[in-house]
Amino acid sequence: MSDSQGPLWEVFVQKKAGQPFVHCGNLHAYDKEMALQNARDLYTRRGEGMALWVVLSDAIVSSSPEDMGSFFEPSNDKIFRHPTFYQIPDGVGHM
Amino acid sequence: MGRVNVEEVFEAKLAKNDFIEPKDWMPENYRKHLIRQISQHAHSEILGMLPEGNWISRAPSLRAKLVLLAKVQDEGGHGLYLYTAAESLGISRDEMLNALLTGKAKYSSIFNYPTLSWADVGAVGWLVDGAAIMNQVMLQRSSYGPYSRAMVRICKEESFHQRQGYEIMTHLSFGTPEQKAMAQDALNRWWFPTLMMFGPPDRESPNSENALKWRIKRETNDQLRQRFVNQTVIQAEYLGLTIPDKGLVWNEAKKAYDFSEPDWAEFKNVIKGNGPCNKERLVSRNKSHKDGEWVRAAAAAYGKKQMEASLAA
Amino acid sequence: MTKQEALFNYTLRLGDTSLILAQRLSEWTGHGPFLEEDLALTNIALDIFGRAKSLLEYAAKVENKGKTEDDLAFFRNDREYFNALITEQPNGDYAKTILRQAFIDCFDLMFYTELSNTKDATLVGISQKSIKEITYHKRHSFSWVKRFGNGTEESLTRLQQGFDELWPFTGELFEMNEVDEVLLKDGLAVDLSRLKAVWEKEIGDLLNESHVQIPESTYIQTGSRKGLHSEHLGYILAEMQSLPRMHPTAKW
Repeated sequence: MSDSQGPLWEVFVQKKAGQPFVHCGNLHAYDKEMALQNARDLYTRRGEGMALWVVLSDAIVSSSPEDMGSFFEPSNDKIFRHPTFYQIPDGVGHM
Repeated sequence: MGRVNVEEVFEAKLAKNDFIEPKDWMPENYRKHLIRQISQHAHSEILGMLPEGNWISRAPSLRAKLVLLAKVQDEGGHGLYLYTAAESLGISRDEMLNALLTGKAKYSSIFNYPTLSWADVGAVGWLVDGAAIMNQVMLQRSSYGPYSRAMVRICKEESFHQRQGYEIMTHLSFGTPEQKAMAQDALNRWWFPTLMMFGPPDRESPNSENALKWRIKRETNDQLRQRFVNQTVIQAEYLGLTIPDKGLVWNEAKKAYDFSEPDWAEFKNVIKGNGPCNKERLVSRNKSHKDGEWVRAAAAAYGKKQMEASLAA
Repeated sequence: MTKQEALFNYTLRLGDTSLILAQRLSEWTGHGPFLEEDLALTNIALDIFGRAKSLLEYAAKVENKGKTEDDLAFFRNDREYFNALITEQPNGDYAKTILRQAFIDCFDLMFYTELSNTKDATLVGISQKSIKEITYHKRHSFSWVKRFGNGTEESLTRLQQGFDELWPFTGELFEMNEVDEVLLKDGLAVDLSRLKAVWEKEIGDLLNESHVQIPESTYIQTGSRKGLHSEHLGYILAEMQSLPRMHPTAKW
């Protein structure tokens, strides 16, 4: 939603190099550079991050609560996707 | 396929201590109650920048200045986290700011009291932040996800605020006689207004019942107030300061302090807009907002041009 | 002038410039044009106060009279302050505040980069920390100058007006006196005359991009190197120093 405070952005912070970017909150900004600077000033005041992503909230596509069953439950019975499904004989070492 | 009863899903989530998220179905009253509570909380953080900000230019040491500036800035950040949490419920920041600037929205009555001396900066940190933290710790477990997450972040950041206030009180209480008098005077003026921060007594609190049912609040005003008094008495004793309440006595039977009620008539009066600084605070907020109007317009115009340029490229 | 006197005065000059600038910037805290920007500018003020504290701490050490940074900040009169005149000028509107910041950020980044190559270990340490901070400050102020210059008609008018008010105070930043000469001999100071052309080029480019008209020549306001200030500094100090001076024996 755009108002006189500028559009809303989503902020993602990477705590350390190599780690995933994690959503940490929102802010308002009028352009990309400002969004990035504001994210730095708002969400990394206590050394919380090493890298930042900002993206317009409008650009986020999200699943809805009604999707929960059809999206996520079908994966619950695919136990063969998990390593514990398989039996490995003793004595062959770590696999 | 049978239609899921959304209300049952909502109730089941509450019962399981699950969080409600922005896209989940929620009763309209739940949404309204949250918007009111979160935006009031945000306004309080923003208005709360003013009484303490009053002393930034006069902080008596460079260290004190740095700490106070960082603290006032944090309040602004907390207001911002809360505004965005409220925005996830479908209200814009503009709408909330308008309600604040036109005097329609409420905010914590405490910020309508003046900070007259440096000791007030200490008292605000020690008492007002101390009271706020009690409330905020509870709200970390509130049922609305974005609110709860904002509170977790806020609590983490707030932890230094109360200590900063108490540290100022310590320096003053163990300082010169004039400094100690300053500290006592601040405690005298801030004690009862701080007790009012927890809201009206349970017997008169109209919003509490739903708030508890929905886990928007988890403890009552009186419970929190009692806990605050119990915790604060020993801190005042250490400072050698006297809490300005002759009715304050330990009650062995209930293992808690008895204390006098604040003047609820004064509370209502301040809420109505007649506190010592209500008008000043709003005038100040309005002025800053108005002075910033052309800045926002320029930024919006520039942002639009940037966007068009990047689309054309 | 001894080397110690010169180093004391030089460190005060840097410390005072940071202190008074931060004092001015922090007037915006709680009153910014919108919430995000309020926090951003306060972050900058915090960095600069921090630098002021380190520099005055060092000045007190160089002076070696048992004083603290707070003694220096709160118990000197305006004639004993050596901050650049531009820092004490009233904030004006946000365009003026931002433009002053851009002028100083551009200068400071060059200055502290040079200072980090000098021979005083403490000043080198402070410089190394400051360079990172100022790099960000400059990115912030420069991007805002461009926004104002390319935003609305009103923002450009205000930017130009801020420029007209501030420009006469920029020349003083490059002024050198006996203090600089004494220290330069031992590689303890920055040769300011070498910074001017680069500064003018960078600021000129920024102002061109932002459609600000630069006059051919301007009369330069000066005086701070001798402790001669505008009327504004007296008020800043009266406010800032009031509490410690009211209770001179108190600890805070």
